[in-house]
Amino acid sequence: MQQQQIAVSGLGGQGVLFVTKLLAEAALRKDLSVLVSETHGMAQRGGHVIGHLKVFTYDAHTAPCTTDALISSPLTSPLIRPGCADVLLALHQESLETHGYLLRPDGQVFCHRSPPKAPGDIDAVGLAKKLGNAVAANMVLLGYAVAQGALFCSIEDLTAVLAQTAGTRAALSLKALEAGAQAASEARMD
Amino acid sequence: MVERKILLGNEAIAHGLLEAGCSMATSYPGTPASEIMATLIQLKKHHGVPCHLEWSVNEKVAVETALANSYAGRRSAAAMKQVGLNVAADPVMSAAYTGVKGGFLLIVADDPGPHSSQTEQDTRQFAMFAKLPVLDPALPSQAREWIASAYTLSEHYEIPVILRPTTRVCHARQDMAVRAFCTDVVQPVFEKDPGRWAATPKFRYRLHQQLNEKLEKISRDALWQPRLLNADALREATEPQAIKPFDKVLVTSGAVCAHAVEILRALNLWDRVPIYQVPMPYPLSEDFCSELLEAASEILVLEETQPVIEGQIRDRKKVRGRWSGHVPKEGELLPEIVENILRRFLNLSPAAPSPPPAPGRRPTLCAGCGHRAAFFAIRKVFPKGIYASDIGCYTLGLNLGAVDTVLCMGASISQAAGFYHAYRDAGQESRHVVATIGDSTFYHAGVPALINAVTQGCRFPVIILDNGTTAMTGHQPTPAAGVTADGTKVPAVSLEALAKACGVNHVSVGDPYDVTGFMELLQAAKAHCQDSENGGMAVVIARRPCLMEHSRHEGRKPRPQQPIVTEKCEGCGFCLKFFECPALIFHGENQAVTIDDNLCAGCGVCVEVCPHKAIVKPSADA
Repeated sequence: MQQQQIAVSGLGGQGVLFVTKLLAEAALRKDLSVLVSETHGMAQRGGHVIGHLKVFTYDAHTAPCTTDALISSPLTSPLIRPGCADVLLALHQESLETHGYLLRPDGQVFCHRSPPKAPGDIDAVGLAKKLGNAVAANMVLLGYAVAQGALFCSIEDLTAVLAQTAGTRAALSLKALEAGAQAASEARMD
Repeated sequence: MVERKILLGNEAIAHGLLEAGCSMATSYPGTPASEIMATLIQLKKHHGVPCHLEWSVNEKVAVETALANSYAGRRSAAAMKQVGLNVAADPVMSAAYTGVKGGFLLIVADDPGPHSSQTEQDTRQFAMFAKLPVLDPALPSQAREWIASAYTLSEHYEIPVILRPTTRVCHARQDMAVRAFCTDVVQPVFEKDPGRWAATPKFRYRLHQQLNEKLEKISRDALWQPRLLNADALREATEPQAIKPFDKVLVTSGAVCAHAVEILRALNLWDRVPIYQVPMPYPLSEDFCSELLEAASEILVLEETQPVIEGQIRDRKKVRGRWSGHVPKEGELLPEIVENILRRFLNLSPAAPSPPPAPGRRPTLCAGCGHRAAFFAIRKVFPKGIYASDIGCYTLGLNLGAVDTVLCMGASISQAAGFYHAYRDAGQESRHVVATIGDSTFYHAGVPALINAVTQGCRFPVIILDNGTTAMTGHQPTPAAGVTADGTKVPAVSLEALAKACGVNHVSVGDPYDVTGFMELLQAAKAHCQDSENGGMAVVIARRPCLMEHSRHEGRKPRPQQPIVTEKCEGCGFCLKFFECPALIFHGENQAVTIDDNLCAGCGVCVEVCPHKAIVKPSADA
């Protein structure tokens, strides 16, 4: 059974919720089920924001009566328990201190850090600025993680969702996603 | 193949309402409930369903309006957050007695934690107080599924029903099947029955009796009985009783149920520990309680936030929960907390302790927010004042030392009045009291408080922080907008005219970005309050549209050029301490401040804030 728990962490305004949503839509396209939980309200005013995402195989078609999801679904809580996240996407290095406890001991971290220091680091803001807008740093980080094969989906899955949902900013998001993927392949060559 | 969509809990609730033929929904915004109405508005726009929708001026008005639709035999809903229910308490208590005709759903979103609320109050307890049935869904999909049956329950017993999702249901997302909306319009039929709809106290006594009879029946309603989720866990119990004898059992409701189910599976205990979900925590079936007490040796109740189910299982010897000290008495029951409670209850070794999360950043007003400039000016003009404030984005003015009290919607003005009377009566008239309140909050509950302050002879300034929207909860329109939820043009209610009509003679409007000009307005208001001949209350409206709202509608415009920090800056820290703009970066004493060009909105207020004139406007030709 395929199952992955992903935590996306950053500061208010960095696009944590957008990354989480994009991944959730990608899961739906792959016929996986999803549970998502996100921070709302006060925390978004510059404070830490966390998105919890769980994707899993669950035959929702044969069990359309969702009341029974509680009984038949392999995952039911929208929150990731400490030490249970398979992947942590950190849009700010402070996010590691704040939400690192969610990661399981052998889980993978991808973090924006300028300049990069540890494996999994990428200067996402720097790359996004080169593309014309620092706001796209979230997509750079996502592209970086996806291209390293750390997530349940592929870059093509994400591009397909972006093409449908991102509206006017789709072009920049796509470029940023690809820039992240490119950085990943360069990192592999090093 | 069934088409599926990922829906936020609140979106799922909106879908459920339209699928069940709701013909009127009302709401006042408040986290975590706001997206219910927002989604209804979107769905109506795209699907043209015949349903009246409104952002009401407050929760009491929302309930009274939707209730009348229900009196006329049509399905209705009023949505709010838990503290909003306090505002609506008056009509809700009474509606329990009168009952309803068309189904009436009161959707009250609770906030265990509390993530963005003044209290952790438990609406299930309120339901018990009001004598109304309350439903406690565990998942977004469940909240949606239950709505149609909740309407049936409401109509069958002619009683308002409370649906109580919590933050983890409202703001969780889940994939679910897409379904069609009900477009059958029920024609309104109001049957006059003064003994019921306009009951005098004598009739009310009879209505109370009827209400108690309804509750007795509802507690036995087959559809809403507690249900055993893992039948296999009782496989080995063979006695042919309704509930078979077993050792330890879990009784859960709401989002905690979803956490507990997942944890039982993770610990490989799904087939060994019976777990019940209680869909309707009040009124809880007496039969269930007594059979459970008979059959189980120990019962652990997991619920948020108060011991509602635990309290109804009256024999205390076998029950473990908040009262017995097995469950913390406050706070959200996060999965990690639930896991450790379960482990202790089942005599398992505790989970490996996880390091406590690092302290978070404190939330702050956005860079370029007009409120920050207004607070700065207020502190300059009324130094050492008592700053009574209110609920909204501007509550974050407490970082700036410009907010001393926050109680509930509208209380800034009544509390400022209280401080005013206290100091005046003690002969200390010179102590400045200033009330700050947002535009939406002023319409919601500030107006009666202002009328009261005027008619009680108070003299203090009320600063209405008018950003033209209900910003904190997602930019819902205020009565000044002149449009309804779906964009229809309606008369606008002017803040200035309203303040004047409340009896305030001194009303002025200014832009807080113009710090000097705005401080002059505050000085004039101060003089009016102190004028012993003709003075009285003063209202100053600080008008500056919310930046986020503006960019939503107009798109991101090129920003004005950001100010420049000159070599005069010695890093005194004044701008950080008293202005706290997130775009200003402090590098330590004696080091010049820098400006984050990603965050700076170019408002230029910091130029006027700096006491050393070290920040300057960019030259025109730069």
